[in-house]
Amino acid sequence: MAEVLLKIDGIVKRFGGLVALNQVGLTINKGEIYGLIGPNGAGKTTLFNVLTGLYMPDEGSFTFDGTNLFRAQPHVVVGTGIARTFQNIRLFKEMTALENVMVGRHIRSKAGALGAVLRDKGTRAEEAAIRAKAQELLAYVGISDVADEFAKNLSYGHQRRLEIARALATEPKLLALDEPAAGMNPRETEELKALMEKIRASGITVLLIEHDVKLMMGLCDRIAVLDYGKKIAEGVPEVVRKDPKVIEAYLGVAHS
Amino acid sequence: MDIFLQQILNGLVLGSIYALIALGYTMVYGIMGLINFAHGEVVMVGGMVTVTVVSALLGMGINLPALALILIGVMVAIPACMLLGFTIERVAYRPLRNAPRLAPLITAIGVSIVLQQLAILVWGRNYIPFPPILDHDVVEIFGASITKLQVSIVVLCFVIMTALLVVVEKTKLGRAMRATSQNPAVAGLMGVNVNTIISTTFVIGSALGAIAGLMVATNYEQVHYYMGFMIGLKAFTAAVLGGIGNLGGAVAGGILLGIIESLGAGYIGDLTGGFLGSHYQDIFAFMVLIAVLIFRPSGLMGEKMADRA
Repeated sequence: MAEVLLKIDGIVKRFGGLVALNQVGLTINKGEIYGLIGPNGAGKTTLFNVLTGLYMPDEGSFTFDGTNLFRAQPHVVVGTGIARTFQNIRLFKEMTALENVMVGRHIRSKAGALGAVLRDKGTRAEEAAIRAKAQELLAYVGISDVADEFAKNLSYGHQRRLEIARALATEPKLLALDEPAAGMNPRETEELKALMEKIRASGITVLLIEHDVKLMMGLCDRIAVLDYGKKIAEGVPEVVRKDPKVIEAYLGVAHS
Repeated sequence: MDIFLQQILNGLVLGSIYALIALGYTMVYGIMGLINFAHGEVVMVGGMVTVTVVSALLGMGINLPALALILIGVMVAIPACMLLGFTIERVAYRPLRNAPRLAPLITAIGVSIVLQQLAILVWGRNYIPFPPILDHDVVEIFGASITKLQVSIVVLCFVIMTALLVVVEKTKLGRAMRATSQNPAVAGLMGVNVNTIISTTFVIGSALGAIAGLMVATNYEQVHYYMGFMIGLKAFTAAVLGGIGNLGGAVAGGILLGIIESLGAGYIGDLTGGFLGSHYQDIFAFMVLIAVLIFRPSGLMGEKMADRA
């Protein structure tokens, strides 16, 4: 029996009268690549925002690695080990690639305001360690050569990789990627797939939203399908792709 | 030529003080897009507290050297202003974090008035002279004169401003501040406690304000409940001139404004044939403000720190 890492149950999120998430429950096991698919507007990104503390859910329960994260603040969520990337890339544009990753180390370092002023030995040692770790992560995602470029000047593919490196800098147990392959060409998508498999092999669980169904079927261990804020299917890719409800959600009702 | 050099020196002294205050405006704007109009009053409180402490020490018959007295005064003023800045943010601005931009702006003006009135209650409406402990030794530079006190004001300003730039550019705290300024939500996801960073920004800005208050008090040798208003407006102008949200811009804008104002005051009599005197120096700051807003609203150095897409 696989060990459960993340479990949500009965999650409801409303925006005014709109029920964006309606009683959504799912469990993600340690070490798997878990896919989340669904038509546009199904609530995938809303669910991501709930899982990372950006949105407060109205009802339900949310536990991660034994910690209750229901309605927890973002910096608490990241502290317990959930990191994410964004569908529309959100880097710190006026900072270098290296600095972006160094910000990601924030939660895993101690120095406070006093250290910043006093610049004592411990603070400087920690700063050096942050820098080394950030450089290592840039190399890990394969963009060391652009470490000192401003994030806004990087190519699209590099920006995506930088976001992943920044997320990894928080030492997540669960890495949540919101459409990482969007706008990538087939070669870049292949490289991304290799990167995700490398990340999983390093012991990090991956949660993935993606429209590229072929990519998802080849990569994910299990998939959940959202439609109109409800989970309509969950399971291994081969079963989910044949589920009539899933086919209906994507293609409409089959005509006779 | 003498007058020219003299006014450049005067402008440098004035400009360093503007720059120090402008940093407080620009840091807060950079982090949360808010113009903290109460910052001038923080400067005033800094000056008031310093003068009060120094006077009290002298009143108790403690005759330390002037430098020691001033140091004790400012050591009380800095934490007092830090606490004040922290409180202002918590009470007046945090509840309005997600309100339309006009709401906190009006609140800022309100806080400013409240602080002035409180200052009247505590210190009264009159000018309070700085205790006569300052020495007026003069240094001559190419025929222009500047007091040693003014030299130390300029030097201290530059030391503090350099230290601040190092903190913002080179440390973890600074990185968190820049990240918060560029994207608070994502900074939160990186484990940055955005509320703490905003509080820290106010506290640092207020500490700079306290030191600036001491400088204004020693430079003019008096303090007054209204002193923060005009110097606050000038420093705000300096921040806009340099490009609000940009730390280097605030420093450059402050110094430039100080020099423009001094030169203006020095030559306005000649230029207008004696019609306007040097007491019209204030108009130069605001002519600069209007010109910047018309011709280059983003300021000399753009808005680097405040770039929020």
